[in-house]
Amino acid sequence: MPRALAFSFLFALAMPFSAALAQPVVADLSSHKVAITSSFTGEDIVLFGVREGSGDVIVVVRGPPQTRVVRQKERIAGIWVNRDEMAFSNVPGYYALAATRPLEEIADADFLAENQIGPDSLQFQIMGEGDPAAFEAFRAALIRSHQQDGLYAVGAGPVGYVGGTLFRTEFYLPAGAPVGTYSAVVYLLRDGEVVGFDTTPLFVTKAGLGRAVYDYAHDQPAAYGFLAVLLALIAGWASSMVYRRA
Amino acid sequence: MQIYLPIAEMSVNLFILLGMGSVVGFLSGMFGVGGGFLMTPFLIFMGVPAAVAVGTEANQIVAASLAGVMAHWRRGNVDFKMGGVMVVGGLAGSALGAWLFRELREQGQIDLVISVSFVVFLGLIGSLMLWESARVVLLSGSAAKRRKARRHYWVHGLPFKMRFHKSGLYISSLLPLGMGFLVGILASIMGVGGGFFLIPAMIYVLGMPTSVVVGTSLFQILFVTANVTVLHSVNNQTVDVLLALILLSGAVIGARFGTAVGAKLKGEHLRGLLALLVLGMAARMAARLLMTPQDMFTVSPLVGG
Repeated sequence: MPRALAFSFLFALAMPFSAALAQPVVADLSSHKVAITSSFTGEDIVLFGVREGSGDVIVVVRGPPQTRVVRQKERIAGIWVNRDEMAFSNVPGYYALAATRPLEEIADADFLAENQIGPDSLQFQIMGEGDPAAFEAFRAALIRSHQQDGLYAVGAGPVGYVGGTLFRTEFYLPAGAPVGTYSAVVYLLRDGEVVGFDTTPLFVTKAGLGRAVYDYAHDQPAAYGFLAVLLALIAGWASSMVYRRA
Repeated sequence: MQIYLPIAEMSVNLFILLGMGSVVGFLSGMFGVGGGFLMTPFLIFMGVPAAVAVGTEANQIVAASLAGVMAHWRRGNVDFKMGGVMVVGGLAGSALGAWLFRELREQGQIDLVISVSFVVFLGLIGSLMLWESARVVLLSGSAAKRRKARRHYWVHGLPFKMRFHKSGLYISSLLPLGMGFLVGILASIMGVGGGFFLIPAMIYVLGMPTSVVVGTSLFQILFVTANVTVLHSVNNQTVDVLLALILLSGAVIGARFGTAVGAKLKGEHLRGLLALLVLGMAARMAARLLMTPQDMFTVSPLVGG
């Protein structure tokens, strides 16, 4: 990101002050807070923005970084068993990408790699020792798994123009989306150069009963365990009373 | 209606869960079996992470076994002394099981161990039940007599003898202690009460009178599953209270009908059906292990260091 920042800063300085917008591109989300409640089944988030003049727009939404272990199965005595494993850190828990045109037509490979745009540019870090020869296969498996869970929408949504300078895109947060702070970054590019960018946050939290349960289970695991037992005892006693009457 | 389970971190249909709870409750009411060895595999087949299925099921069994113990207690069918000795073994066993569970989870082998355990135990119970009911049906009921409780005489050579008045036994306390220990391990790793193992062992190995066997085993299961619930909460945060309560509500309703139906229908035919169901589930579990997976890779959160 630093390079992109420097870029846009330089560009802003170079821009004539007659520009209508303070920034070449401004974006916002339909909502900045997503509450995962007991009835949460996924949610569409709309990102909309205004760009100055012409140019292409790339939108990248990233979830909080996580650590993940990828394991490869091997057949041992007829049974499929986990054998080799590789642990990765810096794995975005969510990743969605949208652009006005195919990425390769908009920007050069260096820029995409630098800003981790596109599935090939995601830079997971190997934790501990890992066989470099197997790295690609494990990395691809990790991306594939997240794609199947709807957590990675790579090369998915198009960015559409609403009016001359207005654009919008949608991305879908599935029920299994991790909680944490997400960021949506919008790049405006002209002739392969970054003209401007804007970042807007998205907070995904658990809410209501679900949140209370989750937080309690993780913050006070022992008390949670005792409470779980107590609830079960009350439920068991109550059902026993019902039986006795019957 | 979809409901988001906070610990399993997935969205599932509430009515499917209630339905599953009542079907398992119905079966357990009808056959007088605990629901754990049916429910845990059902949850795993639904896509609930195996670790969550186990922890949550243990929690549910606490409720079911308390209701059961109270019913048996009222009829005076609980040998508290025997149960107490088994609880001591069970607490130690479940602590060992919970430790093993966490180690296996860190190694990425817990799913495998849970699945293999279910294949072995479901296969074993299913085969035994099928054999038993086939024998009875073939002998058209009349000639079928339960074999008399076998006495293992080597058993009487063991030290630390204790008198159990309720059961009318004077046996080594190591036996109930060891049995409780084994069942404790099973409870921690498989999320089952272990009645399917305890009951025959209490009848055939200890020689306990059948009248007190079920109540006493439920007494032990109550304490052991409570311990498993707490241990899994602390070690793995895999006990989903919401899921447990939903399954339980279904089970309470199902069990009522199950008991009523079970009292009317011909037991041995039904037992045969349950045996087939159990074997079917063992086969399904086995298929998951034997069939070439669609993806050779699995992804999971990093556990521990």
